[in-house]
Amino acid sequence: MRFSARIPLQLNVIYGHRHMHQLATAGGGERPLLSLRDINMTFGGVRALKNVSFDVRPGEVHCLAGENGCGKSTLIKIITGVYRPADGASIEFDGETYSHMSPVTAQDRGIQVIWQDLALFPEMSVAENIAFQTVLGRWPKLVDYGRMRQIAKDALARLGVTLDVDLPLKEYAIAQRQIVAIARALVGEAKLVFMDEPTASLTQSETDHLLDIVRGLSASGVAVVFVSHRLAEVLEISSRITVLRDGALVGVYPAASMTQSRITELMTGKTFDQQVRAKSRDGQPAVLDVKGLSRPGQFEDISLTVRRGETLGITGLLGSGRTELALTLFGMLKPASGSISIEGKPIRFSSNRDAIEAGVAYLSEDRLSLGLIQPQPIADNLVISSLDKVLSGGLLSEERKRSLVGRWIADLGVKIGLQQDAISTLSGGNQQRVAIAKWLATDPKLLILDAPTVGVDVGARAGIFDIVARLAESGLAIILISDEVPEVYFNADRVLHMAQGRIVGSYDPRTSSLGDIEGAVYA
Amino acid sequence: MPSFVRTHATEVSLLGVIIAICAVLSVTTANFFSLGNAFDLLNISSVNIIFAVGLLVVLIAGGIDISFAVAASVVQYGTAIALGWIGGGGWVSGLLIAGSIGVLLGAVNAFLIHRFRVISIVATISTFNIYFGLLMFFTKGVSIYDLPDWLTDRVVLFEREMPDGTWIEITLPVLVMAICVIATWVLITRTTTGRQLYAFGDNPEGARRFGINIGAMQFIAFGWLGLMAGIGGLIQAHYAQEVVPNALYGRELDVLAAVVLGGARLGGGKGSVLGCVLGVLLISITQNGLNLMGVSPFAFKMIIGAIILVAITLSNTSIERLLPFLTQKGTGR
Repeated sequence: MRFSARIPLQLNVIYGHRHMHQLATAGGGERPLLSLRDINMTFGGVRALKNVSFDVRPGEVHCLAGENGCGKSTLIKIITGVYRPADGASIEFDGETYSHMSPVTAQDRGIQVIWQDLALFPEMSVAENIAFQTVLGRWPKLVDYGRMRQIAKDALARLGVTLDVDLPLKEYAIAQRQIVAIARALVGEAKLVFMDEPTASLTQSETDHLLDIVRGLSASGVAVVFVSHRLAEVLEISSRITVLRDGALVGVYPAASMTQSRITELMTGKTFDQQVRAKSRDGQPAVLDVKGLSRPGQFEDISLTVRRGETLGITGLLGSGRTELALTLFGMLKPASGSISIEGKPIRFSSNRDAIEAGVAYLSEDRLSLGLIQPQPIADNLVISSLDKVLSGGLLSEERKRSLVGRWIADLGVKIGLQQDAISTLSGGNQQRVAIAKWLATDPKLLILDAPTVGVDVGARAGIFDIVARLAESGLAIILISDEVPEVYFNADRVLHMAQGRIVGSYDPRTSSLGDIEGAVYA
Repeated sequence: MPSFVRTHATEVSLLGVIIAICAVLSVTTANFFSLGNAFDLLNISSVNIIFAVGLLVVLIAGGIDISFAVAASVVQYGTAIALGWIGGGGWVSGLLIAGSIGVLLGAVNAFLIHRFRVISIVATISTFNIYFGLLMFFTKGVSIYDLPDWLTDRVVLFEREMPDGTWIEITLPVLVMAICVIATWVLITRTTTGRQLYAFGDNPEGARRFGINIGAMQFIAFGWLGLMAGIGGLIQAHYAQEVVPNALYGRELDVLAAVVLGGARLGGGKGSVLGCVLGVLLISITQNGLNLMGVSPFAFKMIIGAIILVAITLSNTSIERLLPFLTQKGTGR
């Protein structure tokens, strides 16, 4: 399953850094594989890219870092021919110079992109997805399924993965689909592969496997440009990091010389000082009291208490039962046994409407598709769970809505244009603030935040956690669920570790180190 | 075999339901279980199967078409008139004319959908009304009975008396239906164009990024349905031995229900020729069985509606729940 070839690392040990550099460039000649100069791009008067240069060496793993809206995607789209840069640009790829690319040229020359949405065909077989280019072409031909299967098997074998190539892709989970997308890129004789947030929906062990695959690609001479919000894996996987901010190049740095906080500073232009926020809330009354809660196959014998003003962190890998537990506390799943009490009163939810009534709010882990209704206005999204508060004589009152929305927007510091703009026009961080405001408007006693920073920039994350801390101070009980241990470590008062449906550890961030918890969770 | 069951759950369960219904009918009615009746069923179902495989292609490509049955009526009139001009014609010229008019009417739908970005249900409801309105206006509702002899004469390609005294017959409609079914099967499973249609229906944006010609996909899908509607229209005229302007009005919903019953998905990317044929047969068999059992024809629609509802509900939810062992192998979930 795994690649043993970690050639660059081994060479580094043997020859030291200076020699290493020469060896790395010797393979593909002295010239970089891809070299961009003077890239400018303007959208409706806004300069999205300003004189950006970007180099990728053959076979290297290069990270493109920057906050949402910094120009990363625009740059990728210029390289893959989706956009045409302003005049004066030069794109040199594999020895030839272009003033702009076209999607066809880019693919023919061996530039492949794995989009975040993967662009796969779920109803079609794994083999067809991987070898899809064999059915392309203008004039009909007979399909050669044997050849298709062989191509797919070969590509998967190169990645060291075994999948049943005859099954429809929808039978496989997101991690395997990601691998199918990579295999498809390999079939196109890729020399350069872009990966846009490939690990966003993967668990830790799936991510590790993917990173091994990336190392294997790199060892076989394929250059990989990696875009990810998760800085730990960026540092782990890449040899160099190009940082963009506001459409301009900040610099190109060897990964060995960087730390997560340094990258964050370069990306945002601000410094962040993370400190443990935990405090003892022992004297406070319990808001949520759970005893022996079980749902066979998902979680077993969960007992926990969350007090007024307390932030309880729950961490654990995907599949540890944390989301199922949260959905049960929110009344969307029914427990098989055990009890839930809110402010001392035992409660049995028959649906999530009961839970909302009882003062429970749940911020979904999938904000894009479940948490917010993307094409609808910001204001409508914000009041959707608290429509009873904007009634006037039994009908919706535009004016009450406007004032309620205005209050929350100001309170949570959401940056918006008009209340009537679609929520999809906001950045990830601002969308998340609206999603939080939506639930705060229901006057909850307990707020469950499930992976609140997925798809949110580093800079905006700090803002979200400032809001969480402020809410806790005002007396709200909060459950913070995340598979990124540092998030719960720095922002919760207590941290529970879930694995295989059970609570297997409880930590106080003031007395435990981050390493202790990470060691236990990622073991 | 287990993997065939797994990837063709709809077809397998449809076959199971058909076998179950046949078993019940052979016990409860005297005449159902005979080869003669089986071939009758095939003869009766031919036109609907031809329509169904055409519609299947449109559904796979992510569209829907309400207008094809009415278009087939337009084809019947157009062909009858054109045959009059050329002085009679024959099967070859008849099929060519009917097919061409059908493709043309299908292309009108594709043009509206692709050029003006009208969603297919709206575009085809419009053309449904336009085609039917034009037909009624120009024909003033008058049927045509003096069709050429070659068109109204029954063509029996094979017949034999069985030991039980019934006759089995393979007629021209069955042959044409078989050719249409095989051609559609080849198109959607064996040609690159067919796979592009699946991909386009499954994930239009993904298909676009591969440089698949979206306009061509629409014209191929609606053109193919048009061709099938044209051929089916001519065969229906042959079978009924007359052309009545509203004979096929309403047929579109029966066919659509049968195709969806066969596992095609409104929304694209899914469906098979086998499922489609089984879907039509299930409805025909039920109708035939109810007939033989002496149930009032007025109750047919109600019973068929209930069957479709039950079948669709089952196939949407619980094939995997009913057969949990199927899901254990090889998934990463």
